[in-house]
Amino acid sequence: MDIDTREIRFSAERLAEVYEIIGRYPEGRQKSALLPVLHIAQAEFDNWLSPEVMDYVADLLGIQPIEVYEVASFYTMFNLKPVGKYVLEVCRTGPCCLVGAEKLQSHLETKLGIKPGETTPDGMFTLKTVECLAACGFGPVMQVGATYYERLTPEKADELLEQFRKENKRATYC
Amino acid sequence: MATLFIDNAPYQVKEGKNLLEACLSLGFDLPYFCWHPAMGSVGACRQCAVKSFRDEEDTRGKLVMSCMEPVRDQARISIQDAEAVGFRAGIIEWLMTNHPHDCAVCDEGGSCHLQDMTVMTGHNYRRFRFNKRTYRNQDLGPFLNHEMNRCIHCYRCIRFYKDYAGGKDLDAMGAHNHVYFGRSEDGVLENEFSGNLAEVCPTGVFTDKSLKQHYTRKWDMTHAPSLCQGCAMGCNIIASERYGELRQISSRFNGEVNGYFICDRGRFGYEFVNSEDRIREIGVKGKPEIKDRDSLLRTAAARIREGSVLGIGSPRASLESNFALRKLVGEDNFYHGVADTEFDLVNLTLRILKEGTVRTPTLPEIESADAILILGEDLINTAPRMVLALRQAVRRGPGEALSARMNVPLWQDAAIRQAIQQDKAPLFSITPYPVRQDELATKSLYESPDDISRIGFAIAHAIDPDVTEIKRLSDEERMWTAHMAAVLLRAERPLIISGYGAGSEAVIKSAADVAWALKKSGKDVRLSLTVPECNSMGLAMMGGHRLESALDAVAHGHADTVIILENDLYRRAEKTLVDEFLQKSRHVILLDQVYHQTAEEADVIIPAGTFAEADGTLISGEGRAQRFYQVFVPDGPVQESWRWLQQLAEACGNRTLSHLRILDDFVLEIAKTCPQFEGIEHIAPPSDFRIGAQKIARQPHRYSGRTAKEAHIQVSERKPPSDEDSPLSFTMEGYHGIPPSAVVPFFWAPGWNSIQSINKYQIEVGGPLHDGDPGRRLIEPGDAHTPVFFAEQAAPFPIRPDCLYLIPQYAIFGTEEFSVHSPGIASRSPAAAITVARADADSWGLRDGDLLEFQFNGQEYKLAIQTNQQYPRGMGTLPIGLKGVPFMDLPGWIRLKPVERS
Repeated sequence: MDIDTREIRFSAERLAEVYEIIGRYPEGRQKSALLPVLHIAQAEFDNWLSPEVMDYVADLLGIQPIEVYEVASFYTMFNLKPVGKYVLEVCRTGPCCLVGAEKLQSHLETKLGIKPGETTPDGMFTLKTVECLAACGFGPVMQVGATYYERLTPEKADELLEQFRKENKRATYC
Repeated sequence: MATLFIDNAPYQVKEGKNLLEACLSLGFDLPYFCWHPAMGSVGACRQCAVKSFRDEEDTRGKLVMSCMEPVRDQARISIQDAEAVGFRAGIIEWLMTNHPHDCAVCDEGGSCHLQDMTVMTGHNYRRFRFNKRTYRNQDLGPFLNHEMNRCIHCYRCIRFYKDYAGGKDLDAMGAHNHVYFGRSEDGVLENEFSGNLAEVCPTGVFTDKSLKQHYTRKWDMTHAPSLCQGCAMGCNIIASERYGELRQISSRFNGEVNGYFICDRGRFGYEFVNSEDRIREIGVKGKPEIKDRDSLLRTAAARIREGSVLGIGSPRASLESNFALRKLVGEDNFYHGVADTEFDLVNLTLRILKEGTVRTPTLPEIESADAILILGEDLINTAPRMVLALRQAVRRGPGEALSARMNVPLWQDAAIRQAIQQDKAPLFSITPYPVRQDELATKSLYESPDDISRIGFAIAHAIDPDVTEIKRLSDEERMWTAHMAAVLLRAERPLIISGYGAGSEAVIKSAADVAWALKKSGKDVRLSLTVPECNSMGLAMMGGHRLESALDAVAHGHADTVIILENDLYRRAEKTLVDEFLQKSRHVILLDQVYHQTAEEADVIIPAGTFAEADGTLISGEGRAQRFYQVFVPDGPVQESWRWLQQLAEACGNRTLSHLRILDDFVLEIAKTCPQFEGIEHIAPPSDFRIGAQKIARQPHRYSGRTAKEAHIQVSERKPPSDEDSPLSFTMEGYHGIPPSAVVPFFWAPGWNSIQSINKYQIEVGGPLHDGDPGRRLIEPGDAHTPVFFAEQAAPFPIRPDCLYLIPQYAIFGTEEFSVHSPGIASRSPAAAITVARADADSWGLRDGDLLEFQFNGQEYKLAIQTNQQYPRGMGTLPIGLKGVPFMDLPGWIRLKPVERS
């Protein structure tokens, strides 16, 4: 990971976006902007929130670092450890399981040689199981970055993996 | 009043409370975790579920969380209902799935709310057979131990530390079943009230680390009702002992003084009692053979008889001890062992409170103030507990307004907090430098003491034109004084706070003027003036001469024998003066508890009992007389100073104290002969008080090892000491029910082993103790009359070239004489340095850490400096009393030595 050597600072463009979000809230309540700013920070810095990134966000919002840790550690969509370029979020809730999510998951596990929560050695894929993605009519569902992939089969999943390998671009929420 | 049916029986209860409070107040045992009387309800733990029925016809009912349901007239609930009982049993079983069941090695065991609730709910068989989640613990510094595996996730710690006490370095991290309560990394929990977590946490996650050094179960300790000696707030504490060692201080509820909480200086500053530096033996210079009481009394008496004697009293000694000394040496020869500036400040304070028109506030009155003005006081360091109260006060106004508007009861803590966000009732803080209370303030100003008083007088003038108008205010000052006056006038319960902190009489006077002006315009105002030590107020009320006069008396040969009561004179006057004083005195007799510089110079050293080994009465800054009781009888010749002085008087043939033998005699004599102390005989029951012919037991009935604990010294059990001074017994024999509130040695009720048993000692939960909260206020303002305002014209603070106006600064951890003997407290002391405005330091070419050389009162000093951008120019502060800082009777102008530029 090149995060350690990189300076933790938003680009001017991203910073403008951040200030626009902060500006939506009354003076003294900048903390309200925490969630959207964390999403931007995660997208910007290799799709995970290192303590340094969280401290930087705390500094931007004028709050204590621990207030950021508290929020970031609560939500599963924030990664607190480095992740692969593609985080494969497989829905493991009832309806998806009924139509083959478990088969999909075990296929991905075999294919990639990793368990949920793990990352492939090449840093390409992280497998993650998630709760209901609210697309129950189209299961099994997998979210990768901001995109839903629906009605998945092992074959379709293989195609997707190939496609991702070819693109080789980090998938983020925003 | 509303009628509440509980399991079909009608009860009369107060409206506006929640069902849990109502049930507990009625004496029912209903389990709970997340609710706390001081912190309200959040309905998080689900443990207090009861069945609620629509009406008499309703047989099904529904489960409700009793802490979240307001009391309604004619409401019908059931605690016994099978479904409610089952639900509560299920909840505790869930909460316990990850709990390690390590009670045997847990410090909380035996005083654990979780244990009590588990037993109460009937969860006694464990069905969970999977792995438990585990955590890594943190090093939280010298005061608290962290053991997260025990956590049941009630969130009380966060609600106390963050929401109630304003801490910033503890939070809840994670979600689901892996929530972690801790800091972002290892390190000291910084908030000054962190120790309360040990009581707030219902289980053993946060426990008292100082107790761990010499751990003993609650049931194995001897306890006594005591008073904190750390400052003049008069917080009530429980002091606990085993094997002749003081082992723990916990908070003793007093709704008028400290409520449920005390500060960390009070909780952890007790270790001096066990210290190596304690004076435990009799010492007579040149006569090492004198070791027993009688020969000492003979020797000391001979010396007292042959010379002309003077006595130096102490603001940290009890009323009884000061009184005994004054009797022994005679009123004319009784001097106050306090710095002269402090003498003047405290006497002024007393005069203002006695002759003025405004009362001092109790704790609930501070918490309900709706506009607050602080003049010159760095409260976290001079009256720590008050800051916690102010924190509640600033939240209360907006909370009440919202509560009324949105129809949400005030005890629904989360909802109210969420809705008011950072809205605060007005609090104005005008201090010489940045202080902790700034984070509560709507406006903070940093001004020199002179200017603080000018602003204070100007506010008073804006409220009442009879107060002299202050000229030459800056535009900004004029604007703020007008604003503050208007806000105070709009308030219903304004509170003015000042005190000794800024070292300025003018500041105190200006605070009095503001309060009196508000009173004149019909406001229900309170005036709180801090004083330095636990009995500063009592000593001032007793009367006596300045220390300066004592030094003069010896210098001029009017006296040659000095009796010093519980005092280190090197903390009261400059070194050269004290040196000369002690050298010129033919005999110096010192009664004290801990060795210090004065003890080095004394000819006769008499070991005096600390608060843990003595009984006595103290008068707090509020003017409240309260009694503290001995916890244990120490080995050796250590005894109460008043008892020593009485015996000394006898040995001298001085008959003035002959008729006084036990504490009650002293208390009655003081009340009889000093009208200002009338009433102190009623603050606690006399020594012959009995309940069913029984004394009140200091030891819990489960106290173990009594017959064996000294077997390594002697096999046969020693006769337990008897206590002729109080209605308490030193053993487990005696009354174990609820005694009068002033003599509660520990809180315990059947099924309630933890500190939560306080519920059973209160008339209603969260309210006063049965019998009323202990203590009696001795100072009430005179009849309504027109006050004579102090305000007079004064020039703005002058900045003098090559000079600096140096004022004292205090530190909750570090500047108090005894608490620094606790290693934890010592480790948190600030640096011994002068703090000045950065611009001033720049102009001298000095930077942080450089040495500043200066002259004060003819003496030369050299101290490191620290710079601060927010300090006013021309002024500096020095932490007086801190180790490594020489005593100077500040405030005063210091002359800087020219800085040599390299």
